[in-house]
Amino acid sequence: MFKIVKREEMAEGTVILNEIEAPLIANKAKPGQFVILKANEDGERIPLTMADTDAEKGTITIIYMVVGKSTALFKTLQVGDGFQDVIGPLGKPTHLEKLGKVVCVGGGTGVAVLHPITRALKEIGNDVTCIIGARTKDLLILESQMKAASNELKVCTDDGSYGHHGFVTDVLKEALEGGDVKLVVAIGPVPMMKAVANLTRSYDVKTLVSLNPIMIDGTGMCGGCRVTVGGKTKFACVDGPEFDGHQVNFDELMMRLQAYCEEEKHCYEDFCTLQDAT
Amino acid sequence: MTEKKGKKGKAARLAMPEQAPEVRKRNFKEVPTGYTVAMAQEEAARCLQCKKPGCMEGCPVSVDIPGFIGLIAEGDFTGAIRHIWTKNALPAVCGRVCPQESQCEGRCIVGKKGEPVAIGNLERFVADWERENGTGELPPKAPATGKKVAVVGSGPSGLTVAGDLIQKGHSVTVLEAFHKPGGVLVYGIPEFRLPKAIVAQEVNFLERLGVNVEVNAVIGRTVSLDELFEQGYEAIYLGVGAGLPRFMNLPGENLIGILSANEYLTRANLMKAYRFPDVDTPIPKGKNVVVLGAGNVAMDSARTAMRLGAENVKIVYRRSREEMPARAAEIHHAEEEGIEFFLLTNPTRFIGNEKGRLTGMECLRMELGEPDDSGRRRPIAIEGSEFHMDTDLVIVAVGSGANPLLTQSTPDMGLNKWGYIEADPETGKTTKKGVWAGGDIVTGAATVILAMGAGRKAADSIHQYLTWGW
Repeated sequence: MFKIVKREEMAEGTVILNEIEAPLIANKAKPGQFVILKANEDGERIPLTMADTDAEKGTITIIYMVVGKSTALFKTLQVGDGFQDVIGPLGKPTHLEKLGKVVCVGGGTGVAVLHPITRALKEIGNDVTCIIGARTKDLLILESQMKAASNELKVCTDDGSYGHHGFVTDVLKEALEGGDVKLVVAIGPVPMMKAVANLTRSYDVKTLVSLNPIMIDGTGMCGGCRVTVGGKTKFACVDGPEFDGHQVNFDELMMRLQAYCEEEKHCYEDFCTLQDAT
Repeated sequence: MTEKKGKKGKAARLAMPEQAPEVRKRNFKEVPTGYTVAMAQEEAARCLQCKKPGCMEGCPVSVDIPGFIGLIAEGDFTGAIRHIWTKNALPAVCGRVCPQESQCEGRCIVGKKGEPVAIGNLERFVADWERENGTGELPPKAPATGKKVAVVGSGPSGLTVAGDLIQKGHSVTVLEAFHKPGGVLVYGIPEFRLPKAIVAQEVNFLERLGVNVEVNAVIGRTVSLDELFEQGYEAIYLGVGAGLPRFMNLPGENLIGILSANEYLTRANLMKAYRFPDVDTPIPKGKNVVVLGAGNVAMDSARTAMRLGAENVKIVYRRSREEMPARAAEIHHAEEEGIEFFLLTNPTRFIGNEKGRLTGMECLRMELGEPDDSGRRRPIAIEGSEFHMDTDLVIVAVGSGANPLLTQSTPDMGLNKWGYIEADPETGKTTKKGVWAGGDIVTGAATVILAMGAGRKAADSIHQYLTWGW
């Protein structure tokens, strides 16, 4: 069992942080890599990109939003409980390079994934501007951590309840207008990453995105996570999860994420009914 | 024994009872139900106890077949299973999934005039008998040598190496990337051909012998080969299989409803998705299911789809019946369960609706031309033969390749042009010192028993190395 040593309910109680004992993974993990977690015997395998690792303590941190049965089940796990299986680190680490001016854009729980990458980009000497967004103020996570991890932080909310009123792309556009941006890293919901990639394409600024397709094994043996990048089929679990945002077929990814929407809906509703009853 | 002698070789082979096709096609219970004690002894009595047994030469791990069959005939089942264990640690698996017709039974002298002795059925019987009635007493083990061996991958070849080396007194750790050990035995071969409880018990047998099994260990990611050496392992065996699915590379292949057989079977077998929503992993349930390919994996996929309630299941294969690589028995079982065969047919593109869900595929009829390098007649498209086939679920079972995850992290190991590991066919030695490899990662996708045979040779070579040096 992989024990939970710290648990925090962030943002309206629907975004949960778990710090988990996994010394082998903590020792090896690099920014951009993910793990696969399975809560119990009958559970499914869910991929989550690590928000942090602590090699000395032997722990990894994940942050997830409750969106379905499995994440609802994860939410019931308290400190001292654990996951039956945690597998990783998986995927390729982020390619880190000193480039100069870099903009990191995060949306929703994507900010958690962006955090270690932003920190690493700054540590190697980049001038990092960070733009994070959420639907509303209550859903904004890791503001102070992101501030510490970057040279400049800008915050936006869709409803204007905090920071800039509007989408991250509005703020990004201003940054791009200033010129000299060498790299944009965008991690968040697929429509956000698509919008960022479309914007940066017109400025010809290289853009990295981290994709989140459906996965089973996470080791390249099934192809469930296949995505089209530059017209070629890639497996996000071994070839990614990060790709050149200008090459990704986002519409296909959004479509494929809907593969099990009926099954997922029923499963989640049944679980919630059962939980309410107890 | 004298009155039985007259029967030897002349009596008809005893077929194993099995569930009726109409019943079994909708459940996941094992198809053949096994011999009774009386049936096993009757079948065992058909063995001629040859002085130079051809059957043994046909067995890649050289089980003393007349020896254990003789003990079954005498009613000494405890003795029989212990006799098998000296050569084969996985008899309950082998009795079920080996292609005996081209191995041991293919060389049985009784089979020259009549039907061969049912060696596989007898091996299965005695392994099942031991599990259900046995004392649990373990075979003897050599004194501890203090040498540590890591086995990467817990499929048939890895488990064979582990079983051999633990009995020779070495300390063995098996490292598995999935959350359950067994490799293709748990994620690939379905419950109705090989119950997972039986695989778990065979692995448990190895653990009782002292093998340490670690799951969730992805070699190449969680730990590298060089780090394993740093941890004190003196030899490493790689039995990681050929787990990279091949696709057809046709337009529309990423539509929802097109899965690799690896994904489909992993969901069904390892994740038990056939029990969804009692378990959390879903699996697509098609009405008109098409399986592309005609190997054992294709048969397993088609029969699984039928059990998940498909209205019809079609095997679509570009060559003819003669070239189908699946075992005759598997093809026969599939046909009995109502699976249709569309031979000399090849898809050209997949068609979906506005939601990106598969609705059909375009196919071409084929004819066979001259034999190719593999000796099989090459299929050639017939011009103007295009036709449409309705389907909402396509399972691609056209083979698999070498997964580069481990080999990419080990640049100092020689690979062939297809990415498989180069290993000496006699010893399993790779070009990296202290590392052996065998099974599908060396040969490409083959059979369970060939992987076990490779494991046996490598285990002998590793033992020699640990005793005498490289």
